[in-house]
Amino acid sequence: MDTLFLARLQFALTSVFHFFFVPLTLGLSIFTAIMETAWVRTGKEKYRQLAKFWGHLFLINFAIGVVTGIVMEFQFGMNWSQYSRFVGDIFGVPLAIEALLAFFLESTFLGIWVFGWDRIPKGLHAASIWLVAIGSNLSALWILVANSFMQSPVGYQMAADGSRAEMTSFSELLFNPYVWLQFPHVITAGITTGGFLVIAVSVWHLMKKTRDEEQFRTSLKFGAIYAFVGTLLVTLAGHTQMQEMVHNQPMKVAAAEALWETENPASFSLFTIGDEEKMEDVFSIRVPGLLSFLAYNQFSGEVKGIRELQEEAVAKYGPGDYIPSVITAYWSFRFMVGAGTLMLLAAAIALFKVIREDYNFGKLTGALLLSAFILPFVANSAGWILTEMGRQPWIVVGLLKTEQAVTPASVVSSAELLTSVVVFTLIYSVLTLVDVLLLKKYATAGLHGAE
Amino acid sequence: MDLQTLQIIWFVLVAVLFTGYFILEGFDFGVGILLPFMGKDDLERRAVINTIGPFWDGNEVWLITAGGAIFAAFPHWYATLFSGFYLALLLMLVALIFRGLAFEYRSKRDNPAWRAFWDWSIFFGSAIPALLWGVAMANFIRGVPIDASMNYTGGFFNLLNPYALACGLASLMIFTLHGAVFLTLKTTDELHERAMGLAKKIWIPATLLSLVFAIYTFVETDLFARLGVNPGAIPIFSVLALLSVIVLLNKGASGWAFVMTAISIAFSTITIFMGLFPRVLVSSTNPDWSLTIYNASSSEYTLGIMTTVAAIFVPIVLLYQGWSYWVFRQRVTKDSKLEY
Repeated sequence: MDTLFLARLQFALTSVFHFFFVPLTLGLSIFTAIMETAWVRTGKEKYRQLAKFWGHLFLINFAIGVVTGIVMEFQFGMNWSQYSRFVGDIFGVPLAIEALLAFFLESTFLGIWVFGWDRIPKGLHAASIWLVAIGSNLSALWILVANSFMQSPVGYQMAADGSRAEMTSFSELLFNPYVWLQFPHVITAGITTGGFLVIAVSVWHLMKKTRDEEQFRTSLKFGAIYAFVGTLLVTLAGHTQMQEMVHNQPMKVAAAEALWETENPASFSLFTIGDEEKMEDVFSIRVPGLLSFLAYNQFSGEVKGIRELQEEAVAKYGPGDYIPSVITAYWSFRFMVGAGTLMLLAAAIALFKVIREDYNFGKLTGALLLSAFILPFVANSAGWILTEMGRQPWIVVGLLKTEQAVTPASVVSSAELLTSVVVFTLIYSVLTLVDVLLLKKYATAGLHGAE
Repeated sequence: MDLQTLQIIWFVLVAVLFTGYFILEGFDFGVGILLPFMGKDDLERRAVINTIGPFWDGNEVWLITAGGAIFAAFPHWYATLFSGFYLALLLMLVALIFRGLAFEYRSKRDNPAWRAFWDWSIFFGSAIPALLWGVAMANFIRGVPIDASMNYTGGFFNLLNPYALACGLASLMIFTLHGAVFLTLKTTDELHERAMGLAKKIWIPATLLSLVFAIYTFVETDLFARLGVNPGAIPIFSVLALLSVIVLLNKGASGWAFVMTAISIAFSTITIFMGLFPRVLVSSTNPDWSLTIYNASSSEYTLGIMTTVAAIFVPIVLLYQGWSYWVFRQRVTKDSKLEY
């Protein structure tokens, strides 16, 4: 097997695993902070118990996010040394800032929060968990600054000898419009992921009528609002991002829609089986004009198709295949949007129940709210797969192709790479299982388990 | 500031980050290595782990920051080092993964086999990086095969030469000593006595191995040729600090002994970076192909931005991390509330 394939496989595996845990960390950190703030402000014991309970689940999950995150930072140099040489002048900066601004804040104040319950004043203790939450979400910002450069490079020039890209404007890098489209999407995805877990665990305790019923009613109230607001915002942020992408990354949009030919007005595919070779549909159900509406908020407007974009790319960059895997982009987009639609429904039902103060759950509603927490995980993974796979064959759009970025096989052989792929796959699979089992144990144990 | 000044500033900053990392994570590696020897039962082991509970994660961020700083300031150093030392880094990553999770997970279930598994994860997860860091530092100055296009051309076993292994054993023992002295500061009663006994015992091999490493360095590298016959105050103070540790321990002055192990680690690290300067990775194939701060660095603009960011945020980080050490200054006893 060639090293390019293995390096890509490893990056895909390790980043999907990593981002499996991170959104829950983002969302639960803020939720825990809200609970503790409620405790400080009202003095009610139930809020302290809930802060401890959700904080406990947050910690179990946080640990895996941290250790899989170190792998991500090292991996650019280990497997993508040519990439690192090419973009280090730009890409390294947000990574270093992420460590300095976010990771120190997060880890130090988490230590203070976990071990400081009886050592520091209540207000300061609550401030600590807020700083953890800010640190976690700030780390998302900086990694997205780095990622956005790969999607839509700005604030750079090529070095005189063409060997690398060099930063010319830090503010352009930071205020890359792409950053401010991705960041809200990721943060609200975190809130949504956290919110649905809160809903599922709370509903479980209410349905089982455990001894913590009263506290979990409160928990469900907050969780339903949190999840509903999160889902609404994540959908809105995604929609805005799509509208920008039509201009900025038209090939990604076309691939996500399996739109072979340029259309005006453009139709939205509900279900397509396509032939990637011939670039045509074998079978397709389409809603006329809906893609134009998603792109421009009106039922007309041109959306470019894959065939035309390929021709444009050849004219611009020379001969080559500039089409990402359409089947991957198409289905990841559908999984993300599909999960998102179901989440809106589930969050609305949870909110409706809470507003009516109706805590009796029928079989169907119960089953939906208990299992809906899986949906954000599906959407999170599918979203990143679309973002990264839809960018191919580029690693930095227009500047460097993925195949040029990998570490030379003379440095890291395919045998070495295969070793690391196997090692990471085994370890990560077992750890995911352990994480899930521990989360389940402490989620069902209820409030006393966290004391 | 001109490019050359910025390159020197960032070399110094990377050296500072590694020094900080070795001092801080050094003692929590040591505590992890001593876990099987310090804790006779589950409660004792928990007490030992809880002495580093609030700190270890923040300490590890020094490494992440050093990695990020190398990437941003010297991309070629980052690319050559991380791809070249591939399997060694994989091993280190696996060790750090198990170690990090072990702290969080070990006391989450009562099952003895579960706890034993994570206790050994803490032991190996601490011992392996403690050894590998010595191996890595030794290879930085001894030199590794690097070709004209800055690519590493050796294999995994090139890194495990006798000199590097000697340095690895020395760093393993020094970190263990540092951890033992830390434990004398953070424990009471039997645990305190046990830590004191271990510290005194470990001091002997730690000192001997350090001396072996120093002499070996004289033979194997150009470090002393570069620094002169009289290597200067810093390496000498590093040795003197280490020698003073046993005297201070015998007097019961744990606090000062800890300061001295920290100084010894700091000054050894600084010596290595002084020996490297202005190189960052020595090529054993051809000295002209070594990576230096001049041919491996980022542009002037990038280094300038990074300098501004570091000047603002490093002091803030030091302040709050220092404060967390102040909050948790008390000793941990078996009656303490043990979170881990």
